[in-house]
Amino acid sequence: MSTTIPAELRYTSSHEWARENLDGTLTIGITEHAQRALGDIVFVDLPVAGRHMAAGEACVVVESVKAASDVYCPVAGVILEGNPGLSAAPELVNSDPYGEGWLFRVQPSAPSDWGGLLTAQSYAELLSTSGD
Amino acid sequence: MLLRTPLFERHQALGARLVDFGGWEMPLYYGSQVDEHHVVRTAAGVFDVSHMRVLDLAGPQASGFLQRLLSNDVTRLNRPGSALYSCMLNEAGGVIDDLIVYRRAMGYRIVVNAGTAESDVRWMRLQADRWDVEILERHDLAILAVQGPAALSMSAPAFGVPFARITALKRFEAVDVDPPAGGFCARTGYTGEDGYELILSAEDAGPFWDALLKAGVRPCGLGARDTLRLEAGMSLYGHELDAKTTPLESGLAWTVAMQDDRVFIGRAALERQICQGSHPRLVGLVLEDRGVLRAGMTVRSPAGEGVVTSGTFSPSLGCSIALARVPAETGLHVQVEVRGKPLNARVVTPPFVRNGLNLISAS
Repeated sequence: MSTTIPAELRYTSSHEWARENLDGTLTIGITEHAQRALGDIVFVDLPVAGRHMAAGEACVVVESVKAASDVYCPVAGVILEGNPGLSAAPELVNSDPYGEGWLFRVQPSAPSDWGGLLTAQSYAELLSTSGD
Repeated sequence: MLLRTPLFERHQALGARLVDFGGWEMPLYYGSQVDEHHVVRTAAGVFDVSHMRVLDLAGPQASGFLQRLLSNDVTRLNRPGSALYSCMLNEAGGVIDDLIVYRRAMGYRIVVNAGTAESDVRWMRLQADRWDVEILERHDLAILAVQGPAALSMSAPAFGVPFARITALKRFEAVDVDPPAGGFCARTGYTGEDGYELILSAEDAGPFWDALLKAGVRPCGLGARDTLRLEAGMSLYGHELDAKTTPLESGLAWTVAMQDDRVFIGRAALERQICQGSHPRLVGLVLEDRGVLRAGMTVRSPAGEGVVTSGTFSPSLGCSIALARVPAETGLHVQVEVRGKPLNARVVTPPFVRNGLNLISAS
C-alpha cells in the first residue's frame, strides 16, 4: 500500500519523523505508515515540558482501540512541549500525521543529531524491505 | 497456513486489515474501526463470523446428553427455533466454552467459538461415548452476523420474499429460511443491538454478502465486534471465561440452571463454591482518569486485588471501560495500575450500552 514520506523530514526505524525548525528545535511525530498500522488513535499520553530524554528513550504512549504503543525520542534533548491539541482530538494523529497530529517538540542536545537520522529515501527503503 | 472463510477474497478486495484470529485469517477492520462501531449502534453492519463452528446433534438421546453436558437446561427450549445461551463446564466447574444451542425440528444446532472448536468437539465426543447421539461438524457452512437498529429493515432486498419470516422472529428465536437466501436465521447477536445471525451454505454466503452491501449494510471487522460486545457487557472466551474460572465468577450465574436436581458436568463444583460463600465476581469499570484500561491490568481496592479481563476505549461513551474480576466485597471505587500509574475507576454493573443507549450515568 502506498504511503506518504515527506522529503524534508528525517525518520527512525521505529517510525517516528523529525522536522528541523528554524530555531534549531525539532518537532516529532509518527509516520503515516505507523498511524495506519496502529488503527484509530483514542488517547495520547504526552511528556511534560522540561524532561530530559536520551536518544531512543520512550516518551509518548499512543493508545489505539487495539493496543498501547510507545513512541521513542529520536535524539537526546529536553522536551519543550507536547501537542496541546491532542487531548481533545487524538484522532489528528490518524488524519494529519505530519501536520496537526505532531506529538512533541524537543531541544536537541547536539544540533547535528537530526542529520544522523534516516533520510526519506532510506526510510522508504526500510519500509519496502520490512514488508509490513 | 491460516484458515480462510468463504468470504476471504471479498475482505481482501475491500482492503481489510487481516489478522490471525484463533487460527483464521480474519478482517480486523476495513477502514476506521471506530466508524464501524458507530455504524452498528446507529444503522447496520455485517460481520463475517464463519470462523465459528456449527455442530448439529441428532439421535434419540440428544436431549438427555445435552442436559448432562451443559450448565443451562435445554429442556427450556420448548419448541423448534428457540435458542439458549450456555456454558459447557469441566468437572471442576471451569468453562470449556460458552455457546448457543438452538432446538430444531430434528435435534439441536450448537455454535461454538473458533479457538476452542477442536477441543470442544473432542470433549463432546468423549462425553457422548455412552449416549445414542450423533455429532456432526458442519464445515460446509458460513455465518454472517447482521447487527444494528436498521439490520432487519435494510436486509429486506437481500432476503426477497422470505423476509416476512425474519421480521416475525422474536429475540432469541430462529427459523429455517427458503432459498435463494437459504439458511438458518436467528435473531441473536453479540453487539447489544437488534439484528440477526444467518447460517448458510458456503456457496450462498458470497452472493448474500454482496446483496447486503448493495443494500447499504456496511462491512465491519472483528475489532468493532470486540468494542461493541464489551460495551454490551458480554463475555469473550479467553478473557472473561476460561477453564479455571467458573460461570459464577464471570457474571454468568443466570446461565446455570440448578433449580431442580438435574445432574450436569461441573454441578458439584459449583455447589461447593456456593457453600463456601464469597467468591470473586465480574464487574464493569469506567475509567475516571485519562488513559485506556487493558486486559491483565491489576485492580486495587481495600477489599484486595483483582484483574481487568477486557478493557478498551468505548467509542459510544468516549472514555475507557473494562470488565474486571474483583473480590466480592469490592466497593464502588477502585484504582487500576495503568502503565505504572494508579488511575481511578468507578465500579458499575454491565452492560454499559444497550440498543444505542448509554446506561452509565455521568459521575
